[in-house]
Amino acid sequence: MSEVVLEGRNLVRDYHVGGGLFSSGRVVHAVKNVSFKVEKGKTLAIVGESGCGKSTLARIITMIDAPTSGDLLIDGDKVDIVKDGLTPEMRRKVQIVFQNPYGSLNPRQKIGDVLGEPLLVNTAMPAAERRDRAMQMLLKVGLGPEHFSRYPHMFSGGQRQRIAIARALMLNPRLLVLDEPVSALDLSVQAQVLNLLADLQDEFDLTYVFISHDLSVVRYIADDVMVMYFGEAVEYGSRERVFSDPRHDYTKTLFAATPRADVESIKARLARRAA
Amino acid sequence: MHLLEIENLVVEFETAAGPFRAVDGVSLHVDEGEVLAIVGESGSGKSVSMLAVMGLLPWTAKVSADAMRFAGRDLLSLTASQRRKIIGKDIAMIFQEPVASLNPCFTVGFQIEEVLRVHMGLDGKARRARAIELLNDVGIPDPEQRLGVFPHQMSGGQCQRVMIAIAIACNPKLLIADEPTTALDVTIQKQILDLLMNLQIETGMGMIMITHNMGVVAETADRVVVQYKGRKMEEADVLSLFEAPKHNYTKALLAALPDRATGDRLPTISSIFNEDVDGGAPA
Repeated sequence: MSEVVLEGRNLVRDYHVGGGLFSSGRVVHAVKNVSFKVEKGKTLAIVGESGCGKSTLARIITMIDAPTSGDLLIDGDKVDIVKDGLTPEMRRKVQIVFQNPYGSLNPRQKIGDVLGEPLLVNTAMPAAERRDRAMQMLLKVGLGPEHFSRYPHMFSGGQRQRIAIARALMLNPRLLVLDEPVSALDLSVQAQVLNLLADLQDEFDLTYVFISHDLSVVRYIADDVMVMYFGEAVEYGSRERVFSDPRHDYTKTLFAATPRADVESIKARLARRAA
Repeated sequence: MHLLEIENLVVEFETAAGPFRAVDGVSLHVDEGEVLAIVGESGSGKSVSMLAVMGLLPWTAKVSADAMRFAGRDLLSLTASQRRKIIGKDIAMIFQEPVASLNPCFTVGFQIEEVLRVHMGLDGKARRARAIELLNDVGIPDPEQRLGVFPHQMSGGQCQRVMIAIAIACNPKLLIADEPTTALDVTIQKQILDLLMNLQIETGMGMIMITHNMGVVAETADRVVVQYKGRKMEEADVLSLFEAPKHNYTKALLAALPDRATGDRLPTISSIFNEDVDGGAPA
């Protein structure tokens, strides 16, 4: 068995809300007892609708939020940000790409500075080397040297998502968390970004946690699939298993709701409509 | 006679860098009881052409067409007040962001009744009764209570249902749905599409579905228009479009669908479709 980069054991995250002068507080169980394992170079897809806890889980994995209970293991080492804090070493291992490339880049920062900033914050690298690294990464994600000193508003959505991916890769992470990275993009651009992610995974042996609600994208990119529903992992297994033999009712509902674009389904629908 | 008929529509925006042509010579038509899907990526002019029909474009836009007729009436020569009598009543539109397109300051009931007051001239009691009926039709439970609720108290799917209720309030002849499910979860998307299709069959209205999602097209449309950079690339009935796309751009669009992927990498649009070679309309 190859090495396990990320493991979650019975992760739980509760949020306390409300509790003003006249009302008592309430506890929201955002993530309930979720366990998973991702091997090096593999992709785990987390599927679910809004409010199912998938982004909370992403926050736990990226060490932004601490779990209420349960263990998070990265490279086999237990991570406890409440007790031990967060070192630049740990920060380096896990990086995240957000959904909306229009919101996740600072409009007043040039692209070169966007890419150099992770190095500035986390390492003691001299400025000239930071610039070189940023330029290399820019070329790696399919942009040109002329883009180095432009501002985010001068790029299209797909190019911006490339920049966000480049920024996440600046620290050579082991694990990349992708929070709906293609849902804001057009179909053609989506294909390009998915190809880029596949290329980068091959080149750097990256491990991905891919959060999405689009089952067709998940089927294309994932090795393992976890379906979440109201904070619980209702289905977890290899892609082949989940797609060929969904066991939980919610997974079946999800498959039934996904629009089908094959010719047979269209014929069936037109026949129903004519009737 | 077609319900809506557009010939050679051109929409230009005045920009600092000179005029920008968002829609470039698009012709299309919809019949009663028919669902037409307009597909394209962002910037293909699919929303702008329908906003031109509705007369909702800002003053910076210059609209011209050889013909733009709705149910025999020329939309180009209408005055603003004549147009207001048609839009919202005979032509209704549903927008992409349900939560943003409802007014947060008024109750859902007020916003549904507003349409009925303006277009149908119903009195208070009749308006309320019709609003309850409409909420019932779009599948909102407990409609009497829900009339008094504000948009922020409802979920995105329910807000979209309210938008649909407003759109169908005056029994429109043509319903334009501009990406009605893009902001919604797949399970909710399914419910909303089912609702729209059922309403369309019940009332026999014409419908234009603007979308970038080929799955939605496959699930709803009778006929499809594919647009790219303001121009019409292909027009076909839904089955022949998916079975045997004629234009290279449509082929590329279908090949980029992840569920049709066969190899290790997805084919990108540019690997199949060359704008300089295929840029014009199909021969």
